Amino acid sequence: MFDFAIITDWIDQTLKTFLPEGWAFFFECVLIALALLTAYAVLAMILIYVERKICALFQCRLGPNRVGPFGVFQTVADTLKMLIKELIPINSVDRVLFFVAPFIVIAASVLSFGAIPFGNGLQVLDFNIGIFYMIAVSSLGVLGIMLAGWSSNNKYSMIGAMRSGAQMISYELSVGMSLMTMVLLAGSLQLSEIIAAQADTWLIFQGHIPALIAFVVYLVAGHAETNRGPFDLPEAESELTAGYHTEYSGIQFGFFYLAEYLNMFIVAAIATTVFLGGWMPFHVSGWDGFNQIMDYIPSVLWFLGKTFFVVFLSLWIRWSFPRLRIDQLLKLEWKYLLPLNLLNLLLMALVVVFELHF
Amino acid sequence: MSSAFLVVVLLTAIVLVAGALVIAYLIAPRSYNEQKGESYECGIPTRGTSWMQFKVGYYLFAILFLMFDVETVFLFPWAVIVKSLGVSGLVSVFVFVFILTLGLAYAWKKGALEWK
Repeated sequence: MFDFAIITDWIDQTLKTFLPEGWAFFFECVLIALALLTAYAVLAMILIYVERKICALFQCRLGPNRVGPFGVFQTVADTLKMLIKELIPINSVDRVLFFVAPFIVIAASVLSFGAIPFGNGLQVLDFNIGIFYMIAVSSLGVLGIMLAGWSSNNKYSMIGAMRSGAQMISYELSVGMSLMTMVLLAGSLQLSEIIAAQADTWLIFQGHIPALIAFVVYLVAGHAETNRGPFDLPEAESELTAGYHTEYSGIQFGFFYLAEYLNMFIVAAIATTVFLGGWMPFHVSGWDGFNQIMDYIPSVLWFLGKTFFVVFLSLWIRWSFPRLRIDQLLKLEWKYLLPLNLLNLLLMALVVVFELHF
Repeated sequence: MSSAFLVVVLLTAIVLVAGALVIAYLIAPRSYNEQKGESYECGIPTRGTSWMQFKVGYYLFAILFLMFDVETVFLFPWAVIVKSLGVSGLVSVFVFVFILTLGLAYAWKKGALEWK
């Protein structure tokens, strides 16, 4: 596998030969920020386009097909449109919190975006508590949503924010516990080490039954975390207009939209990293020729391929099921997923301690 | 090193939002209108403020969440070293989880998980 650390080291060395230590570090930081911004924006555009096309496929429509070939520039046009829309100042809002809320929502998603391992050596933040950091940072998003709904001084926003708060904190438990189940197996919280542990077999195959249960639970809970699909009560348009971002206009609304799509990607990326081997290629022990052919496919392609597969699963769920009621939603989490998760955690602990895994 | 990059990533997020807002302020049109500034509740004039007493059910779930979230934090360190702890660690965590499940069972029995 090609190690991207070669490129980053080369940039590091080149900058240090031309510039003093401090400036070289500064330029590296700027480069990292630019790379992150580009990846963030491009991925968001691809995701929005893919979602609209797949949604159209499910509903027997064509989807965007006017701007550019097959409508690929539709999202670019939409972004431009959003930028030139008026930002309407609402009289009754709490101005400071109303202004701050999009910052928190975007910050939460960019911070977790930064820790995603895109390929071999392509990771900005590689903490030794990686998984824990991911859970902690992505749960900041609910703060932004609550602030947005509360500061709007609008009944729809308020109800949307409250529902969103209840939903996101509830499903966060399942996300955390299903990830912990896999941490038991991998024996590390650091994302790069978790991926290294999957060089031969992915964790979902290593952990067989408990890992599969954890994967399904994670998919359901992660999907609910993004406020989408059958779990889109916070912005149920038939009853709450647009939920917590009813009062936001122009690009300020765009931030919530952006964060929603990127959160979907981040949830899929964590699923890929923890369950499906991250950027590791698919290996079958004993089939050396097959494994070597698989190694030729670049790590970034492996990662994006698996992530978009999980994203597709998420879209499939979203466009196939009707919306739940809030009592059904909370019942699903607290009466089914949480007890199942606790049992699954103990089952996995037994499997790991008595070495019943592959 | 990583903690310095954490600040960089955070700044990236802030620059992204602030930059887009600045561009929007520069190129977006602005026109003042009395009706435009009203909060949108489907055209019906707003009655009262939204900052009022709210359903207590959400609060109950927040408290339940707190209990289990703290539990998760306690379980993470154990999850990393479960292999080296072996059976003794397993037994103590079983007891720990059992006590917490009692909490869930209590809430269930009391009807805190029902949405009324």
